Amino acid sequence: MNENPAYLLPELCTLAGAVIGLLTGLFSPRARQWRVAVICAAGLLAGLVAAAVAAGRPDAVAFDTFMIDPVTHVTRVVVLAATLLVVALSAGSVRGHRRESEFYVLLLFAAVGTMVLGASADLLVLLSAYLLASIPGYALAGFGKDAAGTEAALKYYLMGALLGIVMLAGITVLYGVGRGTAYDTLREGLASAPAGAAAVGVVALLAGLMFKTGAVPAHFWVPDVTEGAPPAVAAFVTTVPKIGAFAALYRIAVELLPRAPVDWRLLIAILAVATMTLGNLAAFYQDNVRRLLAYSTISQAGYLLVPVVVAGRSGLAEQALLFYLAAYAVTNIGAFAVVVAVGEDRLAGYAGMVRRSPSLALSLVVCLLGLVGTPPTGVFVGKLLMLGAAVDGRYAWLAAVAVLNTVASVFYYLRWIVPTFARPAPPSTGGINLEARVVAYTAAAVSLLLGIGSGIALTFS
Amino acid sequence: MLSVVIFLPLAAALGLLAVPRLGDRAVVLVWIGACAVDLALVVALWIGRGGGAADRISGETRVRWIPSVRASYHVGVDGLSLPLIALTALLFGGCAVYSLRLTHRVRAFAVLFLFLETVCLGLFAALDLLLFFVFFDLSIVGMYFVIVGWGHGDNIRSGLKFFLYTFLGSLVLLLGFIGLYLGAEPHTFDMVDLTRTPPLSGSPGLAALVLLAVGIGLAIKTPTVPVHTWLPPAHTDAPAAGSAILAGVMLKMGTYGLVRIAMPMLPDAWRRYAWVAIVIGVVGVLYGALVALAQDNVKRLVAYTSINHMGYIVLAVGAAGLAAGDVAARRLAVTGAVTQMVSHGLVTGALFLLSGVLYDRGRSYDLGRYGGLARGAPVFAALTAVAAFASLGLPGLSGFIAEFQIFTGAIGSGTAMAAAAGAVAILGILITAALFLRVLHRLLLGTDGELSGRVNDLRGAETAAIAPLLALSLVIGIAPRFLLDVIEPASAAVISLVAR
Repeated sequence: MNENPAYLLPELCTLAGAVIGLLTGLFSPRARQWRVAVICAAGLLAGLVAAAVAAGRPDAVAFDTFMIDPVTHVTRVVVLAATLLVVALSAGSVRGHRRESEFYVLLLFAAVGTMVLGASADLLVLLSAYLLASIPGYALAGFGKDAAGTEAALKYYLMGALLGIVMLAGITVLYGVGRGTAYDTLREGLASAPAGAAAVGVVALLAGLMFKTGAVPAHFWVPDVTEGAPPAVAAFVTTVPKIGAFAALYRIAVELLPRAPVDWRLLIAILAVATMTLGNLAAFYQDNVRRLLAYSTISQAGYLLVPVVVAGRSGLAEQALLFYLAAYAVTNIGAFAVVVAVGEDRLAGYAGMVRRSPSLALSLVVCLLGLVGTPPTGVFVGKLLMLGAAVDGRYAWLAAVAVLNTVASVFYYLRWIVPTFARPAPPSTGGINLEARVVAYTAAAVSLLLGIGSGIALTFS
Repeated sequence: MLSVVIFLPLAAALGLLAVPRLGDRAVVLVWIGACAVDLALVVALWIGRGGGAADRISGETRVRWIPSVRASYHVGVDGLSLPLIALTALLFGGCAVYSLRLTHRVRAFAVLFLFLETVCLGLFAALDLLLFFVFFDLSIVGMYFVIVGWGHGDNIRSGLKFFLYTFLGSLVLLLGFIGLYLGAEPHTFDMVDLTRTPPLSGSPGLAALVLLAVGIGLAIKTPTVPVHTWLPPAHTDAPAAGSAILAGVMLKMGTYGLVRIAMPMLPDAWRRYAWVAIVIGVVGVLYGALVALAQDNVKRLVAYTSINHMGYIVLAVGAAGLAAGDVAARRLAVTGAVTQMVSHGLVTGALFLLSGVLYDRGRSYDLGRYGGLARGAPVFAALTAVAAFASLGLPGLSGFIAEFQIFTGAIGSGTAMAAAAGAVAILGILITAALFLRVLHRLLLGTDGELSGRVNDLRGAETAAIAPLLALSLVIGIAPRFLLDVIEPASAAVISLVAR
């Protein structure tokens, strides 16, 4: 058995950043809490370096429950990079806050949980990772201590607790019928399991992961949290937990489910259709940009489910999922960064934005068109691979539905883009948030580079 | 070299963005300069290709882009793409000169047009399906912002309709491309490889489905009846230069795709369903002409004649797919189709710029409110008359060369169906002649309308933008050899590919 902790170096670096940050925060006066941000960022950077180094090594399994393979590598890099962007994004808005250090530390804990979620090869580890990734999120959602934030946190928590229990029940059932919790044991065990019990277990297991991905039918928390929580937190919870959850879903589809007596592909395909369609339709007439982005992230979760449907059936599925995740993460954070920088939630507040700040408006256009999947942004390549995987995996109808949904999504993204070019420029309301601006520019640039340089990016995954 | 041609306008656009303190006039001068250099490079490319009976790809560049799906940045020109690249460079230059007097957000306009020029050039030069698609999609985004930012009337709505409609088309096209990719062995997006060994040759059902997807995608862009409804509002509400590019260059993307992708890559399916293209083509010819005849809005009228002209091209490529037909006649049809693309670009570009002049002076497109313009604006009247005659296919102008070849090819191919279709489509010419004569009669002759007093003659820049387009149409009409020498080997190659 391989018990070398060095295999978990990226997770440990992040954890160390969080713990040292917490301790430093305890002993720092409020005016110098920014040191925590620096420590946390250093922890994330160290984790990124460690993850990059680890990506060059051969695949392995650590502690019998922790898979080190391309899926883990990409999950780690994307989670760490996205968290780093969120740390930078929030630096301006939480500076001098009473609980500044706790904010960063919670972000890092959630990131650690997400990485373990994506790498676990055992349902019990998956469950504890689920909790570690979720609980900091609940606290972050209510960070503002205002009415909207409290409601959001409560909703997020109740939903997460309920579906976590359901998932635990599912794991128990699967343990009962499959005689184990490790994925490879269950793969064999489920082959001879009674179909009804296995179906109940699988559905309940998926419930928890659907909550983390923000997919239908566990999507109800997404709009409220995105609107009620501080914008930087909204950027975090609609992006980072998804990465780990989709990696976990993919892993379960490939390792655990292949011989299960359940038509899980069709189940996930139906969920994918429901998710993308509902997200798009609900986003149509939103006048609050954060709610609009919330529904947009739901629809993106629908597209991201498509590679899971054909996991193990199409050679493109893994690349499609991982590339789409990376591109989505950076593009989505970019869109939220613009919201933070402008400091405006109403759609009408973006009228004439191109006058006030052309480069920020350009970043917004790049990010929103990127979310549509317009070439040459990263999401385009992700979507292309996703459609290719679907057609290749004999789910052409799913590709057709995804295409129709993409066309529908253009409408509400344009509802946001068009007013930015409108003629009357109302006086600027939001302050100039330098950090958020830089994050927006960076995210837009990376989103474009991911598409143009996708060849290079894909060789690493 | 070719990559320089493609990306020079984009570089100029980035340069314009990087230098913030530049007057409007200087911006337009830089824009014109970039277009002129690009046009010169294209002319050099044309001359450097030299003659030759066989068709070949020149200026080829291939760089790996997404290796896991075998997509690359692969560009090159041959006899099909070179005329369209030259047309693109010329028309964009014309629009730059035309915009010399623009005052509203000049820098953004110039940047957008330079971006669009790169996109259009890149599309015609692309030899990779994915690269083709990237440019195809970006052209929609760029044109959307032109319509929304500088259009008039109900432009937000028309722009949205244009975006959603053509974006749907582009995604259906993408599904078709994915079908081609998965059908090829080994999987690839490379057009040259796909043309060499047509994918899906063993499974006619799938090939038909893929052709359907590709066909729908390209038909929406072309546009053909019945998926043309985005075109009239988009044209009417776009700024004049935007309409000129939309009609002159971007409509060709659809028909170019038919000749470049649908015919050689799915030859079997194309031969089987060529009759569909013929029917759609004939319907487009007649429907476009008849609806145009009923228009009082000059721009809508020109937009519907575009549908009519695109109908001839679709008819021609359909006739070229009839396996039973005579080979020489089918070659003639393809040559005519490509010539028509060039001719339509020149003539319709000029017509849209001229209607832009009309709107600039009178703020109206209504034919009934003008009249007798030949007295006050002789140059405008002369150019309008030439453009109208070129558009209706008068001998001596480029439209005649194109349409003559199309009809000869269709009727001469020897099959009863193509001959009948060609004969019916000739009626289209008759109707176009009637409607353009009606325009000339109401606009240029007769008594003055209520707005005629406002219409003064063309300014220098406007003449300099429009006259070269019509002059080239005249040159092609009188001495078409230089153009046909480039196209004919390519159309022979297409016919031999589609006969496999």
